[in-house]
Formats: sequence, C-alpha cells, structure tokens
Amino acid sequence: MSAITEITLPQLAESQVTATIDRWLKQPGDMIEVYEPICEINTDKVTAEIPSTVAGKLTKILVGAGEDVPVGTVICLIETEGEASNDEVASVSSTQTTGTMNTPVAAIQAQGDDSMRNRYSPAVQQLAAQHGIQLANVQGTGMGGRITRKDVLAYVAMEASMVRTPAPQQEATSSQVRTGGMHLSESPRLPKIEIDDPYSHGRGETYIDITPIRNTIARNMRQSVSEIPHAWTMIEVDVTNLVLLRNKYKDEFKKREGVNLTYLAFLLKAAVNAIRDFPIMNSVWAVDKIIVKRDINISLAVGTEDSVMTPVIKNADLKNVAGLAKEIEELARKTREGKLSLSDMQGGSFTINNTGSFGSILSYPIINYPQAAILTFESIVKKPVVINDMIAVRSMANLCLSLDHRILDGVICGRFLQRVKDNLESFNLESSIY
Amino acid sequence: MAKIDYIEAIRLAMKEEMERDENVFVLGEDVGLKGGVFTTTKGLHEQFGEQRVIDTPLSESAIAGVAIGAAMYGMKPIAEMQYSDFMFPATNQIISEAAKIRYRSNNDWSCPIVIRAPIGGGVFGGLYHSQCPESVFFGTPGLKIVAPYTPYDAKGLLKAAIRDEDPVLYFENKKSYRLVSGEVPDDDYIVPIGKANVLREGDDITVISYSLPLRFIEQAAAELAEEGISTHILDLRTIQPLDKEAILESVRRTGKVLIVHEDNKTGGVGAEVAAIIAEELLFELDAPIMRLCGPDVPAMPINPPGEKFFLLNADKVREAMKQLAQF
Amino acid sequence: MTVLSSTGQQAKHHQLGISEETVIAMYTKMLTARMFDERMMLMQRAGKINFHVSGIGQEVAQIAAAFALDRNNDYFLPYYRDYGFVLSVGMTLKDLFLSAFAKAEDPNSGGRQMPGHFGSKKLRIVTGSSPVTTQVPHAVGFALAAKMNKKEFVSFVTFGEGSSNQGDFHEGCNFAGVHKLPVILMCENNQYAISVPIHKQLAGKVSDRALGYGIHGERVDGNDAFEVYRVVKEARERAIAGDGATLIEAMMYRISPHSTSDNDLAYRSKEEVDYNKTLDGLPKFKQYMVDHGIWNEELEDQLRSEIKKQLDEASSYADKAPFPTPESVMDHVYANDSKGGVE
Repeated sequence: MSAITEITLPQLAESQVTATIDRWLKQPGDMIEVYEPICEINTDKVTAEIPSTVAGKLTKILVGAGEDVPVGTVICLIETEGEASNDEVASVSSTQTTGTMNTPVAAIQAQGDDSMRNRYSPAVQQLAAQHGIQLANVQGTGMGGRITRKDVLAYVAMEASMVRTPAPQQEATSSQVRTGGMHLSESPRLPKIEIDDPYSHGRGETYIDITPIRNTIARNMRQSVSEIPHAWTMIEVDVTNLVLLRNKYKDEFKKREGVNLTYLAFLLKAAVNAIRDFPIMNSVWAVDKIIVKRDINISLAVGTEDSVMTPVIKNADLKNVAGLAKEIEELARKTREGKLSLSDMQGGSFTINNTGSFGSILSYPIINYPQAAILTFESIVKKPVVINDMIAVRSMANLCLSLDHRILDGVICGRFLQRVKDNLESFNLESSIY
Repeated sequence: MAKIDYIEAIRLAMKEEMERDENVFVLGEDVGLKGGVFTTTKGLHEQFGEQRVIDTPLSESAIAGVAIGAAMYGMKPIAEMQYSDFMFPATNQIISEAAKIRYRSNNDWSCPIVIRAPIGGGVFGGLYHSQCPESVFFGTPGLKIVAPYTPYDAKGLLKAAIRDEDPVLYFENKKSYRLVSGEVPDDDYIVPIGKANVLREGDDITVISYSLPLRFIEQAAAELAEEGISTHILDLRTIQPLDKEAILESVRRTGKVLIVHEDNKTGGVGAEVAAIIAEELLFELDAPIMRLCGPDVPAMPINPPGEKFFLLNADKVREAMKQLAQF
Repeated sequence: MTVLSSTGQQAKHHQLGISEETVIAMYTKMLTARMFDERMMLMQRAGKINFHVSGIGQEVAQIAAAFALDRNNDYFLPYYRDYGFVLSVGMTLKDLFLSAFAKAEDPNSGGRQMPGHFGSKKLRIVTGSSPVTTQVPHAVGFALAAKMNKKEFVSFVTFGEGSSNQGDFHEGCNFAGVHKLPVILMCENNQYAISVPIHKQLAGKVSDRALGYGIHGERVDGNDAFEVYRVVKEARERAIAGDGATLIEAMMYRISPHSTSDNDLAYRSKEEVDYNKTLDGLPKFKQYMVDHGIWNEELEDQLRSEIKKQLDEASSYADKAPFPTPESVMDHVYANDSKGGVE
C-alpha cells in the first residue's frame, strides 16, 4: 500500500514570503531517506537545503530550478509506504472560526423574527424627526426586522417622489450664492407637511410641525419684544468708494485666501471700530445696573433654509478685514452644514444682520435678547444724490438700528451710526484689508 | 514611480533623509555591518560609514537614551529597536524623558528623535517576536505614534517623522516587509503625521484600522461588494494624534462602524476611537460600535493553530463586516 | 608672587594654574551656594516654599568641577542637589528662587518642575527629570554628537551613588567605553540614598566599575576642592584628546537630610552627622585662603553681607513674580502649539 505525500516550500525566516529553487539535488525515480536534502533554495536573507519530511521515492518535481514561488507551494511529490502524511496536524478545535466574533446572522432572519422591529437607533430617530416620518410606516430590513438608517433614507426618497407640496417652487435666481445671509438661489423649503385629518379636504388648511429650532426662535423673539422697549433709527451711507475697493481686491483675495471678500466684512470692521468708541452699544440691561461688556463679540445673523442662527465672532475688534471675511465664511459654512458648536453660539454682545443680501432696503429688526442693539446693513442701490450742489450717481446703502430705549437714547445712537457711516465712507482704494 | 516592497520603502526613506541632512543617523543592534536582522538597513553602512550607521551594544535603554541626548544637541537620530517586544527596557527613556522634554523645559529643549520598531505576528515568532505594543505608549502626550500600511505611507511617514521636531514612534509591520508592495514615487514627498487616509469609499459600513489588517479589510470589501455591500475604509496611518475629523466624517457617512486592529482589544487604540465616536456622534449611529481585535491574552503562541486563532484574517474580517452590514 | 607653604612646596592653587582671583571666585560661589541652601531650608520651614532638596556638604566638589570645565562650551547634566554647580556655570540666585517659587519667569521649566530640576539651553544645562540616572545616557548622547560633529566639547554628568546602580548607568558607561566618547561622569557619593546607607547600596567601589567598561576611573576626596579640580581637568583633557570617558567617584557626606520631608535622625545618629560636619570642605577652603594670605575675616563679613543682600533681593523678586497662567498648562506638548501661555 502506498500513498503520495506533497512536499511544500517551508518558511525559513520571519517575514519571508517567497523563495527561489536554486537547484534540485534529487531527480524523479530517486529513493529518498527522511531528512535527506532534496533541493537548495534561495531567499534574500538565507540560502538553505530543504530536507524531505518523509522517506520514499521522488515521483514528480512540480517547481523547476530558477522558479520563484510563494511559501506553502507544493514543490514535489514523494511516494511513501503506508498512509499519506500531511503537513497539517489536525487541531483540537475542528472549526477554524473566529476567536472574537460570534455566529452568522442568516439563522435569525430566516425565522421571520421581528424582535428588533421597535428598536430605533439614534440615527434612525434623528432622521425620522428631521423628515417628520412615522416609523410605523417604514419597512425594516435589518436584523430582527430592525429599521435601519438606510431604510429611513429610502422611505424619504420614496415619499419625495410621491408627495408634492402645494406652494409653488420658485425658479433659482441667477444671482450667485452669498456667504453672509440667506441664499438667494433657492426658495426656503417648507418643513414636511402632515395632513393629519382625513376629513379635512375642502377646509383649505394644512398643518406644519414645529421643529425645535423654530420653537427656540419663537421663544427668543417673544421675550425680546415683550421685555425690551424697541426704538428705531436709520442713516444713509455713501459706499461708492467701498464698492471700488472691494472690486479691486475681491478676485485676488478669493484666489489667495480661498474665501469671498464680502461687504459684510467691511461693515463689521466699521461697526466694531464704532463700538469701541461708543462702548455703551455693547451692553446689557440688568435691572439695577447696566453691564457694559468689554469683549466685542459680534453675533452674525446667518440664514438657513428654514431658520436663522446667530453664531458669534469672538473679539471681532482684534481682527482685520481679511480676518473677518474668513471668519464670516467659516461660520456660514458651519451653519449650513449644521456643525455649529455650543461655544460658537454663546457670548454675543452685539448683532449685525446683512439684510441687504436678500434685497431689503429698510428693516425693523428685533433685538437679539439680551443685547442692547442690532444693526442691519441694507441693499446697496445706485441713486442720484446731491454733492456740492450737483447731482451725482452714487452707490448708497441704508443702515438701520433697533435699540433698547432703557439703555440707549437717540443722541448716542445717532452719534454711533454717524461713526459707522464715517468709518464706512473712509474706505477707499488706498485702504488696506490686512 | 515604481512598485516596491514595504521594506524597500522604509530603507529608501532613511537613505534619502541621510543624503539630505547630515545630522540624520541610524543606531541600533546589528543595523550596520549586517544591515539589520530583516535587512531593513542594508546598504546604509556601505554608503554612509560606521559613524552614521552605528552598531550599538545590546542595551535598549542606552540606544534610546543616547539617541535622546544626541537629539537634544540638535542631531536627528533614528533609533532602531530590533523587535518591539524588546523595546520595554527603553520605556522609561521614551515616556519619562523623550515625551516630556519639551514640556518640562517650557519649550527650551526639544527631542526630535525617531524610534523604529517592528510589530505584528504571523511569522511563527511566538510570544516575544510578534507583539503589537502600541497601546502601551498610546495616550502618552508628547509622543507621536505612526503605523503605516502601504509602502507609499511607509516612506512618506518615515520621512515626515525624521523631519518632525517631536519624538515619533514608528511601528513598522514585520509581516508586511515583503508581503505588501505598492507604487511609490521616486521624488521627494512626505505623508503628514496626524492625517488618516480613505482607502475605499462606501455607503453601508465604515471600517477603521491601521497596519497589516487593512490588507484583509480591502480583500473582504472587494468580496462583499459583489454581495451588494458597500464599504468605506479609513486607514488611520497616525495613531497619535488621531485624525478626529476624518474618523467622525467616515462614521457619519454610514452610521455603522467596525474598528479593527491586531493588538489585543482591551485598552487598545480601538477603544479610544470608539469613545471619540460615541462622544460626538450619538445621534448618527445606526448600530453599536463594533471592534474586531486580538484576544486578551499575553501574546500569541508559536503553534500554528494557536497563532491562527489569535491573528486576524480575511475570513474573520469579512464575517464581522457582513454582520455589521446586516444589523 | 609665589606663596610657599611651610614645607617650602609651591601652593596647590599655583600648581594647578589657578589664579588668586579664581580661588576667591570659587569660594564666593561656595559660600553663595551654602547660604542659598540654608535660606531655602528656612523658607521651607517658614511655609514660603513647599519643598527643598538640600546639597549642604556637596558644594565644594561641584564648584571645583565646574571651574575645571569649559563653562562656555561644555554641556552639563547635573542632578538635583547641584545648586553649587549651576551657580558656577551661569545660573543666578534669581533664577533659582523663581524655580523654588514655581513662577512663570523661571528659566528652568517655567514653574512646571520641582526645584533642583535644572535646564537652560543658553547655559548648556540639559533639562533634567526625576527618574534617576536617565541623564547618563543623555550625556553619552551629547558626547556622541561631539565626536560625530568633530566639535571640541565634553559632556559632564553627575548623579548619586544610589543612582549609580540603575541600569542606565551601566548601559551609558558601556556605550561610552565602546565608542570612546568624551563624557565625564562624576558620582557624588554622599554616603546616603535617602535613608539607605552605603553598605546597603554598594558592595564595591563605584570608581572600580570603570575597569569593567574600559574607561578611566578614579576616586577622590570630594571635600578637597583642588583634588576634584585636578581630576576633572585631567578627565577633560583626556576626553578632548580622544582618549575617552572618565568615571570619578567624589567622596563626600550629605550633611542635610534627603529633603525637607525627611527626618534623618530616624536612620543615622547625631554623632555621625556632627563628625562629618568637621570634615566639611567649605571651612577648610576658607582656611586655605586665609593661610595663603588671600582672605581674612573682614572680607568674609563683607562677602556674607553682600550675599545676604543678593538673597534678599532675589527671593523678594521671586516671591512677587506672577505664576504661569492656568491655561498655559496646555502649551508645549508639541512644537508650535502655544496658545498664549506666558513664555
């Protein structure tokens, strides 16, 4: 009785993965004793003779001299007396399954198990809330019938293709997307509309769920209006030179810094310098005292599709125009991506809103409680004005200011606005933005 | 551009940096005349002489300590620990000294040292030639720790480490030396320390790992793609500091994450990655965070079935990835 | 003028080429170190500082060694009792008090490390830590750099006899021996490692170990300034000539307890301490100067009151100096990461 034993290429050194057969010391037909060398191999670390692990007759050479093969390749066959011996010794545990992972999943699902149907992961809950979905309606394809994130997203996509909102969609305007303020290229999307009452057709009503952010805005607005006695004033600013200055630098700035150089950056600089001269503008009413804040942290109104947020530029007086432009872009980006942190939102002492970016020429803003005032920068419009008793065409913009009349009066606000105006009008082609 | 082995990439990095800056030198056991027990420093002794490729006595603490002294003077030593299993006598010098020199001197002194050590098993090395000790040094502020997978990263990260002003532990995988090869540019480039790399984009599950296990992960991802499972693979490359942004972004994409490493599970780098994900992305997780790691035993045995039981392989990895995808 | 002793031999300082000005300078440093140390003990007991590790009884050897080195080029790795040494290579009393009070302006570590953990790149004092003996391989590393860059400087490192038993001592010595490096290792054998006396610490002489590492070894009386000076100077010349390292064992006695937290009478007798006080090198050096007509009591009083004034000024300055800002704790983990802590 005979059997064929395979001789495989052994691993002679750690990290060795291949070797070359240098030459065969035995030929087919030769009788081999156990541990007798049968060939020489070469790696870049060692050269060695390979001994046979069995006694018998060499029947076939499978890898020729000069060939480079991976460790473990069968290099020749030896016919032995008795049972074939394999290199692999049977291990105690028969299955080679993993040490640290558990059994396959297929068994559970096959039974039509629904045990995970009502286990909603945080991602699933967040997506459902965001899109206003009733999870009972969603098909679950995960383990145990679990509704997965993918399932929710698929449901949303399916719904979007079926339900049409009654409000007409506006065409995207051709103006470019601004970085400060709301986006003009899209009309704001209404939150998901739920038609709750099946008997209401003909009544002409629809209900919109209140999102948490809408709730917060509502609460803040109500508190501001009911507590703070608002007064309002405005001033006109000649920004012709500012327009020229910005046009001069905007392309180079975008190329160099990767960020848009907006009018808002210049306004911020002008306003912040004015606040430095009139620090009472940067204060808070505290019943028996007025707290004048030393750090000038500007809350910047940034609109998203369905809300407005006011992230804060800290210590805005320590930044130059270029620095402010970058910070504006950064905060707007974070707002759009929903990445604002708590510290981004805290500490504001004065709010500025670039209402002009969505076309307004006059606004009556509501103060960002508990600050003392809020300043808006309206749309820049070319107008005929009188200068030195002659008519000229100039770029004009309005600045509107709502103020807490407990802390501030007309005179101080008028002076403040005048200072902002002077600062803005002093920007010209010689000005530096760094 | 040429396709070279992982070990060649490491050798080239040292060669080129030593050509570029005469302050760079190598020291360690057998690195000179022999060219290293794995041949990693082969050729350097001939090119640069025994002054700059120093065969040291058998004393890891001195290898690290002398290198630290020379680094404080202003040189750029690359200290080799023959096996990471044997680097523990140098631990005091690494953790008490190198990591703290800049901090304790209030930025007066610094220690721009690189310590290279081979990690990982699969070479029938048994308990003391196969360990992955990254987690021992991980979490020590003041140290940087890298563990490249591809030859491109091996070369780029070693160059970056040599040029870095802070101490860097460079953990190279010994099984990868000749098993992993890849395209590496001929010209000078570095891979920045602290930046992870996306190896594959996907939308169903995210797998985060470092070093050789990525080879199995890439293999498994290709196989699972045929079953309709799309895998996003993130190669950490740098273990300390972790690229937090990249980790969060990769998990946000799918909501499901599997963290893989050969080092044992408890207290491994994966635990920290999992904690970061849990802290920041609670509401974006669609499944519990999963970890697939070496078992919690002192080290792998030399007998083949035991080593196989310990080590990761394409089957184990694929199984875990599939389970996660189906959750 | 050559001053002859009563036996007609040339005076020691002249034999060694030390001028009278230098002798006085050495003594000034010794007395400054001694009075500084005593003041620190008082301040700790008065609650003004938390902690002090005293070097009383060891100043003479440190200062003699410092003067034998090239204080403009060599690199120094002292250990935590070496106030005398660092004062001799450029550190000021103000620096030391700022360190003791852990103030932001402290040049050693910006108020981060305990006192006695010296460091100054400008003065070539390498930053030290608490785990003992780690500085020995570092010193060898500096010596290696000197050799590789063909620069003429040596590294000088000190440590106690307890520390000489750490692995790092042996690894460092061996490395230095194999590669013939220009490093001077001085063991300040003050007979105690906290409470462990020498017969429980060593079975042989530290200086004898040099033989095993192929380097020059020598034992010297640490209370004899000129002997220490001679031995260190020779060691430096040996190193610069390319003849390798030297291990010096300077025998002295730690007159103070290990630190202000140590009650030394728990492990040694008052008689022993008092006896060793009579061997103190500081009054002996003063006596040498008086014998050779270089010093007198009037000069002594003047110097003492000058030093006291300096101590008062320096300690008052440091007391009033600001602490580092709390936020600065986050600075300097890595290069270029300062967020505005006090530099």
